[in-house]
Amino acid sequence: MIPELGHYALVLALALGLVQAIVPIYGARKGDAVLMGVAGPTALAQFLFVAASFGALIACYIQSDFSVNTVFDNSHSAMPLIYKITSAWGNHEGSMLLWVLILSVFGALVALLGGNLPMSLRANVLAVQSWVAVAFYLFILLTSNPFLRLPEAPFEGRDLNPLLQDMGLAIHPPLLYLGYVGFSISFSFAIAALIDGRIDAAWARWVRPWTLLAWIFLTLGIAMGSYWAYYTLGWGGWWFWDPVENASLMPWIAGTALLHSALVMEKRNALKVWTILLAILTFSLSLIGTFLVRSGVLTSVHAFASDPMRGVFILMILILFIGGGLALFAWRAPLLKQGGLFAPISREGALVLNNLFLVTACATVFVGTLYPLALEALTGDKISVGAPFFNSTFAPLFIVLLLAVPFGPLLAWKRGDFFGVAQRLIGAAGIALIGVAVTFASEGGGPVLVPFVIGLSIFVIAGAWTDLIERTGLLKVPARTALARARGLPRSAWGTAIAHMGLGVTLLGIVGETQWGAERIAEMKPGESVSIRRTEFHFDGITNRQGPNYSELAARFTIRRNGEEIGVMEPSKHTFPSRSMTTSEAALMTRGFGQLYISLGDPNPDGSVPVRIYQKPLVLLIWLGAVVMAFGGTLSLSDRRLRIGAPKPARSRTAMQPAE
Amino acid sequence: MRLLRLLILALTLSSPLAAWAVQPDEILSDPVLEARARVLSKELRCMVCQNQSIDDSEAPLAKDLRVLVRERLKAGDSDPQVLDFLVARYGEFVLLNPRFNWHTALLWLGPPAVLLGGALALLAFAWRRRTAKTDSPAAEMSTLTPAEEVQLEHLLKNSEG
Repeated sequence: MIPELGHYALVLALALGLVQAIVPIYGARKGDAVLMGVAGPTALAQFLFVAASFGALIACYIQSDFSVNTVFDNSHSAMPLIYKITSAWGNHEGSMLLWVLILSVFGALVALLGGNLPMSLRANVLAVQSWVAVAFYLFILLTSNPFLRLPEAPFEGRDLNPLLQDMGLAIHPPLLYLGYVGFSISFSFAIAALIDGRIDAAWARWVRPWTLLAWIFLTLGIAMGSYWAYYTLGWGGWWFWDPVENASLMPWIAGTALLHSALVMEKRNALKVWTILLAILTFSLSLIGTFLVRSGVLTSVHAFASDPMRGVFILMILILFIGGGLALFAWRAPLLKQGGLFAPISREGALVLNNLFLVTACATVFVGTLYPLALEALTGDKISVGAPFFNSTFAPLFIVLLLAVPFGPLLAWKRGDFFGVAQRLIGAAGIALIGVAVTFASEGGGPVLVPFVIGLSIFVIAGAWTDLIERTGLLKVPARTALARARGLPRSAWGTAIAHMGLGVTLLGIVGETQWGAERIAEMKPGESVSIRRTEFHFDGITNRQGPNYSELAARFTIRRNGEEIGVMEPSKHTFPSRSMTTSEAALMTRGFGQLYISLGDPNPDGSVPVRIYQKPLVLLIWLGAVVMAFGGTLSLSDRRLRIGAPKPARSRTAMQPAE
Repeated sequence: MRLLRLLILALTLSSPLAAWAVQPDEILSDPVLEARARVLSKELRCMVCQNQSIDDSEAPLAKDLRVLVRERLKAGDSDPQVLDFLVARYGEFVLLNPRFNWHTALLWLGPPAVLLGGALALLAFAWRRRTAKTDSPAAEMSTLTPAEEVQLEHLLKNSEG
């Protein structure tokens, strides 16, 4: 009964979606307030029905109802409850339902918080939002229904893929989808503006918080996925330039560009047409990401053909929304008036430069990801584009971009003074140079690039604080005055500084991990030790244990530093009988910002075990930087001025509260 | 999206799944040669895997290729010679960093073209606006519709009261 209810709720959501896709936009054209008013309640109702549908699916998984095909394929009665729940979206059908659930959440949020939007804009935005929803409801119902029953209910399920039986699955996909799908709001706003044929700074004020919110989630989602791969895949890598990763990186880069260009539009009423285009492109890249991952086209061009229905369906959605969006843009954008003038050296100019480099970086990832597919489809030639390509093309772009980051926020709007800003950054540059010198001295040779990149990351971090230090007068006035001034600064200023600092932190982590990391590969027998630098790893022995749905082989290592015991690490291997699969569970030990990392190979008949041991200095900074960026974004989001239409100096506490 | 990657991995490597690359018995005794082998391994694709270098992959084919690379290095090949040897055997597909030729020209020149084109477009745009100079400060402000004027008045009144 429950699966049928879930299925039915989804069909009802589709019906509501159709109403919401047509009626409000018709009302907006006719100027009929009643018809436009339909959008709000339908958006809320859509959310309720999709939530009910999703709840029904979760209930099937919790009850281990193996008469439902997807539950049978992806669950097992002996799994811990948390994995029973998360396995609901650990497969294609369920993850698409999560996708539309989040889409409906955002639709409902616009309906709830958009009370002070102009009536026609709100109606159009919600209608466009519903077009996207309808396309995906149809996709789920026609090609990927998670509620389909089996004719005869099997006794036991096939278990969730062991690699996915991890807390990562509980956190990573929802965060990532909140980011991906969150950009649909920017898209809907852009399309609505094009339909209306007018756009102003207020539009940017409404769009920016939504973009920021999606960006924060995407940042965290990507970082979480990277950390998950790092500890799960067992060879200590954290970014592989895999097409699936690139699919999430592209919307992130485009979204970052959009955040910055929306800033110019909000403050200076310039870059309107460009901002609209970026909003369309950002969500298009989210859709392309969904297509790449969900159609199977990545595994090979031929896998796409083996299950054509899904792939072709998503391809049609892509063509409809991207093609339609861009066509509408080409037709209506000339109507939008050009706004404020600015000199090349100005805050606007810096943000344009930011956009130029981010778009190029995004294009690099896009071309690199899709080129092999396109080439094979067109000529039959197979080539590979992997990490070495991306590292060599992406890195130079980002180095230039990062060099420019500290300058941007210090330049004045309209007309800036480059030399003045350079002078103000002398302090930051000095600190960075000290960093270069120290690194160079301690490295004693080695690649010249390393001290330079260390210096660059320090420059970005110190540069990010320059503005705040100047504005609070930290080095000139008494600490108490500076503190009072710091409190008085707008939160968005803090947000900018902290988010930019996060970039430097991540860069520091990347250099630390790639340049100073050490690795030992060895066959070890119990009682033996290996050492990396001054850390000794002593292999104590192996124990066998039984987990809930797997058997475990754990190796125990005692770690000593300079002869002193600092802890015990237990890497293990889990064997899952239901799928006859073995996973390697790496052991991690955090030391400061660095980590020790041990993973096991398959034990040999003679009792020795192949072991991979890594020392990864500063590795945690890679993800910590992303968390810092997201925190900066959150601070900025909580800024009073950014709250969706908050005209009064209100004491309201919640972010994005409607006025009234 | 990461989860799909894991799924694909799990499906392609149906044998015991420990993502485990370079085996201890493969390592060369000469550390200089071994270091070169590791660098080369990162440039070479494990052709039965999803976007993995032979340095990362534990598939049997990747192991064979790692051993092969080390054999060529021991035989005295230079790094480009090793790559040429593998390309001759397995085609361009084996290189993770594709070589520049007319098939990959768009790949390599695309991004610089975007950067250059974008920069030129910006210059042209700036130049056009400077010569046009039609924008007065008033033109920057977008006008409000009558309905919005009413709304604005309403908001202002509310915030005062």
